[in-house]
Amino acid sequence: MKKTNGKSLFEWPLIKEAVGQSFIKLNPAVQFRNPVMFTVEIGTIIMLIVCIWVLSGENSQGSFIYNFIVFVVLLFTLLFANFAEALAEARGKAQAASLRKTREETPAKKVELMGEIFMNEVHIVPSSSLKKGDIFVCDAGDIVPTDGEIVQGIATIDESAITGESAPVIREAGGDKSSVTGGTKVLSDHIKVKVTTDPGESFLDKMIALVEGASRQKTPNEIALTILLAGFTLVFVIVCVTLHPFAAYAGTPIPIAAYISLFVCLIPTTIGGLLSAIGISGMDRALRANVIAKSGKAVETAGDLDTLLLDKTGTITIGNRKATNFYPAHGIDHKHFTQCVVLSSFADETPEGKSIIELAGVNPLSYQVRDPRFIKFTAETRSSGIDYEDIRIRKGAYDAMRNNVLKAGNHFPDDIRHKVDDISSNGGTPLVVTENDVVLGVIELQDIIKTGIQERFERLRKMGVKTVMVTGDNPLTAKYIAEKAGVDDYIAEAKPEDKLAYIRKEQQKGKLVAMMGDGTNDAPALAQADVGVAMNSGTSAAKEAGNMVDLDNDPTKLIEIVEIGKQLLMTRGTLTTFSIANDVAKYFAIVPALFIVAIPALQGLNIMNLHSPQSAILSAVIFNAIIIPLLIPLALRGVAYKPIGASALLRRNLLVYGLGGILVPFIGIKLIDIIVALFM
Amino acid sequence: MNTELLGVIVMFLGTLLLALPLGKYIAKVYAGEHVWTDLIFGPVEKMFFKVSHIDVRREMTWQQHLVAMLTINLIWFLWAMFCLVNQNWLPLNPDHIAAQTPDQAFNTAISFLVNCNLQHYSGESGASYFTQVYGLMFLQFVSAGTGMAAAAVVFNALRERTTDKLGNFYNYFLKSCTRILLPICIVIATVHIFEGTPMTFKGMDTMVTMQGDTVHVSRGPVAPFVAIKHLGTNGGGFFGANSAHPLENPSYLTNMVQMIAQVLIPFAMVFAMGFYLRRKKLAWVIWSVMTIGFLALVIPTINAEVHGNPEISKMGISQPLGNMEGKEVRFGARASAYWSIATTVISTGSVNSMHDSFMPLSGMNMLLGMMVNSFYGGVGVGFLNFYVYLILAVFIGGLMVGRTPEFLGKKVEAKEMKIAMIVALLHPFLILAGTAIASHLAAHDTPMGWWMMGADGKPLHATAWLNNPRYHGFSEMLYEYTSASANNGSGFEGLGDNNPFWNISTGIILILSRFVPIIGPVAIAGLLAGKKYIPESAGTLKPDTATFGLLILAVKIIIAALAFFPALALGPIAEWLSL
Repeated sequence: MKKTNGKSLFEWPLIKEAVGQSFIKLNPAVQFRNPVMFTVEIGTIIMLIVCIWVLSGENSQGSFIYNFIVFVVLLFTLLFANFAEALAEARGKAQAASLRKTREETPAKKVELMGEIFMNEVHIVPSSSLKKGDIFVCDAGDIVPTDGEIVQGIATIDESAITGESAPVIREAGGDKSSVTGGTKVLSDHIKVKVTTDPGESFLDKMIALVEGASRQKTPNEIALTILLAGFTLVFVIVCVTLHPFAAYAGTPIPIAAYISLFVCLIPTTIGGLLSAIGISGMDRALRANVIAKSGKAVETAGDLDTLLLDKTGTITIGNRKATNFYPAHGIDHKHFTQCVVLSSFADETPEGKSIIELAGVNPLSYQVRDPRFIKFTAETRSSGIDYEDIRIRKGAYDAMRNNVLKAGNHFPDDIRHKVDDISSNGGTPLVVTENDVVLGVIELQDIIKTGIQERFERLRKMGVKTVMVTGDNPLTAKYIAEKAGVDDYIAEAKPEDKLAYIRKEQQKGKLVAMMGDGTNDAPALAQADVGVAMNSGTSAAKEAGNMVDLDNDPTKLIEIVEIGKQLLMTRGTLTTFSIANDVAKYFAIVPALFIVAIPALQGLNIMNLHSPQSAILSAVIFNAIIIPLLIPLALRGVAYKPIGASALLRRNLLVYGLGGILVPFIGIKLIDIIVALFM
Repeated sequence: MNTELLGVIVMFLGTLLLALPLGKYIAKVYAGEHVWTDLIFGPVEKMFFKVSHIDVRREMTWQQHLVAMLTINLIWFLWAMFCLVNQNWLPLNPDHIAAQTPDQAFNTAISFLVNCNLQHYSGESGASYFTQVYGLMFLQFVSAGTGMAAAAVVFNALRERTTDKLGNFYNYFLKSCTRILLPICIVIATVHIFEGTPMTFKGMDTMVTMQGDTVHVSRGPVAPFVAIKHLGTNGGGFFGANSAHPLENPSYLTNMVQMIAQVLIPFAMVFAMGFYLRRKKLAWVIWSVMTIGFLALVIPTINAEVHGNPEISKMGISQPLGNMEGKEVRFGARASAYWSIATTVISTGSVNSMHDSFMPLSGMNMLLGMMVNSFYGGVGVGFLNFYVYLILAVFIGGLMVGRTPEFLGKKVEAKEMKIAMIVALLHPFLILAGTAIASHLAAHDTPMGWWMMGADGKPLHATAWLNNPRYHGFSEMLYEYTSASANNGSGFEGLGDNNPFWNISTGIILILSRFVPIIGPVAIAGLLAGKKYIPESAGTLKPDTATFGLLILAVKIIIAALAFFPALALGPIAEWLSL
């Protein structure tokens, strides 16, 4: 997964805040949410009482210092667990704050209100200050600052970042094509837009607030895992309570500190302490990838996805088409054709225009033209070009150009008409070039498949995720691109209903489906999908329907989201395994320590050869406490996911976290014991 | 190779060879496919269903299955109680055996109902032929059938589809008895009759020994009793000495047949699941996990018994046959050790030697077998217990491969985890809580009052139930509750357990530890069956791999080790380290 920002895990201001929170979170009402740590808190309180009892003269419980150290270590166990959660929260909040800031910085050309009417006095203001009902203007080249409705004008708008469709769309005042979405780019003309949402009330703002909010809902998987952990905790409640009569029968009184230590060491405090931090940091990692998840559940579900619906444009192919070929008409000189093509694109700032000059390999300035006038693309003419001297060069869409040519009384050559058909049927876009309304030839624009996308699909396939390309292209082109890019399936000539139908079909087979969408007509499909990622630049209906919003409007995000989900679940699983495996060593430290005085034979179980019963118990609880902060980085970063197949992954994780979980505490406890022994 | 060891290996491999075709046959029976026994038993079953107005085509939900299972069990319990407390006047009582006291009858009825057969009485003096045949042997059949039927419900629920219709309980139950248990029992009983096991309704025989003493020899309809006792992993003996009794287990051949019989269906049920679900590889993985666990217990036990007791060696006495205290010479140390572990990992609990006299670590291995209770396990219920561990392993393993956990295409969520945890917790809870109460009473030598009276009618103190002091005494108490909670029924004899305290406390444990571990897995499987089926993908955790098998084994060992380690340390481990 790429790092979207290089922030280190531990930053001083965050740590400061987290430390403060660790103490606040000691409140039993907060701890109650986490059964494992709640029992540790009860143990800590009992130890505090024991300390006071010992101070007041009780001598059956060992020295005050020993009891006090156990109390302090338990308190630190709690604080460490709180710290992990607080740090994860602080990081989430910091991330949300910085997101909000960048949004506020997008400029908007606001039209000021004067009395009852809007005057054409334009001020540049941050987009966040735009209120519902405000009016702003956009000229060619501007980014639309927020969602709104066109009240005046007509414009071509590049929505490729949202819709993935490279062809610009026309939006005009009145009718159902009047809405513009934030983040899209105005390519031509000038529009006046009325804002439709208030700042801070937009869907995105609400979601940022949700991420910041401390009131986090536990996800279904977290609840199930908490039940498992609570179960393990209960087992050890039973073990420790029944140990009392067992010890009484064996004639070995056990001090309270030893019971509490045994209990705290055996219950899965490591995962219990880190569980909520893992959940929060999962959402946080999504946020770092500039994806806001509406709930932790959505991130979790992402790990389970079986099918991804990906838009062709922007995901599989580069958002804009590129010129790939020039075809001069019969009898036209190739050189002359190239010159006209280059000149027509001289002032064309669109990626397509630039790609034409790039393909020609000629600097337009090398042609000496006098008195050039550049004709911009407009929605009405659907063509652009250049006039100089008495020459008019135009390039544009086939039907628009054909009309012009026929209107001028000229013939539209057959060979070019055939070429146009050929290009269209191969998934390309033809641009016809004319000089004074005489057809010179045609330019072929084609989709370019992103480099490296095949490898990503291969990676997904290994994860068990099927990829489906969605495109408006005809089936032939779709098939061609699908094969080239290596997707598993495609939907050609896709309408929004087709997406919905496909998702339903997959879900009926029991699969979990994700899709990305933007438009209002995507909303049903986004709602139907198990994970619907709406683009930030999409309509608010789309954002309401999805359960994640991608701030970058980057369709390849889905792939990252799947990995984030898998990482989240894996981190939970591996730390649970590690935590439970740790118990083996802790038993070998504590059980002999409990009985060794009355039953010297049990020295045989002291395989770590620990210094004394008290040092053994202290080493075990100290190990138990410090393993939590040591694992915080892992909990926050997540366990790395490798698409090597489920069985290999299980083998690897069992080896690292299972076997490692058995061995590490043997070494750790022995080392701590050596140090503790120095002070005894 | 040593003949004794060869005998053990032949027993094991022989069981495996018989279990494979039997598994296929069982799968066919539960799937309702045509089998050769249709001709013989089909009409009998039809008659049963007609008389009881049961429509076998009416499929039940998992809740309906459980209701059917529990009600029919309640009726059987009442019937058994009736037999036990009225046996003095009921027919077939040539030896004039008295009625059992209510607390003993409660314990006996419960323990046979739940397939445990913890016997706080001796068959020779405590049960009439009527009770033995119509009460106890009947329960041995139906309790085995209950376990198998419950497993069949789970098999049905594991199929790749979404439904709440899981077959008909009565159909599974009756067919378990008629198609599986009955035919095999007839074979086993016939072998026993030929080998000299009695089959008669006549009362005690009298004979004059070579010393000239007149002895009374108990006999009765023993052969069929022995057959179902093992095939149904019941373990309750016709005689008090169980399969160490020369009439109950006369020869090495009968010993071998009994041994194979008790392991046969637990093996076969695993393979039946494989055939039924068409997941043979999964069946082999499960069987292998069980076998690894079994061998890990049986090999050190045989080793410990063969080497004999170091205390005896110290006295300068050689032990060429190994530790033979409490063992029959006709079976030897190895076959007895094999039996002791087989009978404890499986919930049979029949004995051919006295477990109390085994070496401390052997005793611990028997305890571990019952604590895990699913290295094969009892008929049907062994698979159910295994299933709970499997769900726990699926949950942890599923997370470790980066998916929310799923088993055979069904998501394991909070509700299933809750049930699985309750079942997994119940076993250590019952064992440890029971032992804790008994230890507390023994530690303070509490006067027991009505709970434990001496033969003279005077109340005794708690330590009076101990036959051994210190660690071994602790092991006896731990063993008794473990045996009860595992529905095993074997005893670390020596404990004075025929009194209200032990009868009632183990009786309660028996009920809970029988029905909760059946209700739980059936409920989990039923809930999962109702969920959406998710097809497997490259990212799905595959349950039929060696790695996953290892994970299940680790989960089982860790749960058992973690919960019982302190108790074992104070019992057998302390005893072993003190040798």
